[in-house]
Amino acid sequence: MSDNNQTGPIQKKFETNIVVMILITLGLVSVGGIVEIIPLFYLDETMEHNQHKEILWDRKDGQTLNDWQAGDGVRPYKPLELMGRKVYLREGCYLCHSQMIRPFRDEKERYGHYSLASESMYDHPFQWGSKRTGPDLARVGGKYSDEWHVLHLRAPRSVVPESVMPNYVWLDDVTIDPATTVKTMEVMRDMPISPVPYTAADIASAKAEVEGKSEMDALVAYLQVLGTMVKFDETKDYR
Amino acid sequence: MQATLDQKYNFEIIKAFSVMAIVYLVVGTGIGVLIASQLAWPVLNFDIAELTFGRLRPLHTNAVIFAFGGCVLMATSFYSVQRTCGVPLWSNKLAWFVFIGWNLVIVGAVITLPLGITQSKEYAELEWPFDIAIAIVWLSYTLNFVMTIANRKTKHIYVSNWFFLSMMVMITLLHVVNSLAVPVDMFNSYSIFSGVQDAMIQWWWGHNAVGFYLTAGFLGIMYYFVPKQAGRPVFSYRLSVIHFWALTFGYVWLGAHHLQYTALPDWTGSVGAAISLAMIIPSWGGAINGMMTLSGAWDKLRTDYILRFLIVSLAFYAMSTFEGPVMSAKTVNALSHYTDWTIGHVHSGALGWVAMVAAGALYHLVMKLWNTRMYSESLINVHFWMATIGAVVYIIAMWVSGIMQGLMWRDYDEFGTLTYTFAESVAAMHPYYAMRAIGGLIYWIGGVVMLYNVIMTIRMATASNAVKPATATA
Repeated sequence: MSDNNQTGPIQKKFETNIVVMILITLGLVSVGGIVEIIPLFYLDETMEHNQHKEILWDRKDGQTLNDWQAGDGVRPYKPLELMGRKVYLREGCYLCHSQMIRPFRDEKERYGHYSLASESMYDHPFQWGSKRTGPDLARVGGKYSDEWHVLHLRAPRSVVPESVMPNYVWLDDVTIDPATTVKTMEVMRDMPISPVPYTAADIASAKAEVEGKSEMDALVAYLQVLGTMVKFDETKDYR
Repeated sequence: MQATLDQKYNFEIIKAFSVMAIVYLVVGTGIGVLIASQLAWPVLNFDIAELTFGRLRPLHTNAVIFAFGGCVLMATSFYSVQRTCGVPLWSNKLAWFVFIGWNLVIVGAVITLPLGITQSKEYAELEWPFDIAIAIVWLSYTLNFVMTIANRKTKHIYVSNWFFLSMMVMITLLHVVNSLAVPVDMFNSYSIFSGVQDAMIQWWWGHNAVGFYLTAGFLGIMYYFVPKQAGRPVFSYRLSVIHFWALTFGYVWLGAHHLQYTALPDWTGSVGAAISLAMIIPSWGGAINGMMTLSGAWDKLRTDYILRFLIVSLAFYAMSTFEGPVMSAKTVNALSHYTDWTIGHVHSGALGWVAMVAAGALYHLVMKLWNTRMYSESLINVHFWMATIGAVVYIIAMWVSGIMQGLMWRDYDEFGTLTYTFAESVAAMHPYYAMRAIGGLIYWIGGVVMLYNVIMTIRMATASNAVKPATATA
């Protein structure tokens, strides 16, 4: 064992000087993050809309979020959807539902076209999830009626007997706060990184859009828009 | 002897952290048992918002990682840094500030997470005021640790301190970057990153909370407490040097393997997977170094229950650091991702490695700090077997359910259509979810046994200490 205990000159420097040790450690742990993270902000190929312009909604002057039609391309969430998303975050839905379809045959048949990075470009924070205790929701929008969603959220086992989801019975009782809606939209618009392009008119219309709506209405609105923004061309390879 | 040690070092703070660690072990795994049961029997959500799975799961992870894990790390690092440097803590007051601050953050988590106050970033759910508090407390902890090392009487910095130090440096970096958010109000904020970049940063944090907090930090524990309990020097100094630097450099890259086949660019996921495979070398370097420290003294395992905890923890560590690289290989990940296999993998690390090495170190600490034997040796053995059996039952349940999910989701019948609906796969999980809850319950009872044993030990020691001065004056 004795020959295992010789200190080389470099290692000796590290382990006899606490400042050197901290600096070398800081340097080493930074490399992986710098190489893997920073390029994602700069490489054009990271976001598919840089190659395929049609993925993004080409919004004309004066158009409101309500002028958008399904398939027109990725757009910011409408006020009610944004507040529904807030409920989704609060209830921890992402702990059991992913929003990220992988490019496999079975996932395509079960959930739809594989997800694109551009589809979640306005998602602060991302909601890709890491676990499917329940099914993926990336393209759940339009698959079920609003009425089904309400029944399912209130009592999941009334429509899916096998489900292990909690009953979200309190969502009907809470109304969306218009002031918070406006503030949230402003925060999204003013993000230092990846700001969400809300117009002044979008924000001005927010109060009226959410007036009198319940958290249930908001959550259903959010679920119904998921995956409906982009119209995919099956012949194209987006990645 | 104990009196001089008590005078020379700051032991009261270590006592406080040690006791709270055991309390949080029971609380954190207790919440785990509840949420595991909710997945088997959803009626246990009770239709009460604050008790639903989605809100309690972050509380479970925060309680076990930051409350239990944090108190263990602070107890063991503040203890071993004093012993290995031959000096008391740089500042006893600052150490108490860390204790109070950390526990206040935990109380805050217990209140806010069930209320749905969350940033929704996994293992970093606490809202921005808490993030700031955590940063202040964590830097105070780091400063105290570093300054104690700076005051040391020895020339070299002992190996356990390298690992604690790399944890402190990396967690500071991770916490600050991952928590960057713009507040809407006091209890609501949104990450400044979005989509793919946010995903990469989240898993850079997520995997390194595991890599540095739950691995490097706990390897620091291993490097002090295994040689101490075994009464033998570390097997190989050279191996510890190599494995320390390789681990420090390599772990940082692994986060990307959580995002394979997602919308994260392929190159990033592949880099993450390649380095993940290579990480088996430094990981096993640590496991081998710990186990071989016992070589020539294996007979001690027959009588020393604490040593059993430490050695079995290293076996679990070796197993889960083999499993991790396997799961990050792309073909395996295609099956394992999104399934319970991941949950099983995390728990083989958490229940088998982290909590077992912590239990060994905490028993060792309790006996040293209160200068006594444990109230009951056989209860340590009971705890040991409940922890081992509970962990194994849990992991097996998740292996079976995880692989089954993966296979059911991708299964095709003879007509070329999907064989199972998603709901059928959920129904098929029920027996394994029940089995997992039972495994967790066994593990939890083991923790309760430990808490009882430690409380009785402290009572016994305090009573006998109170008697001694009385007889001396008489």
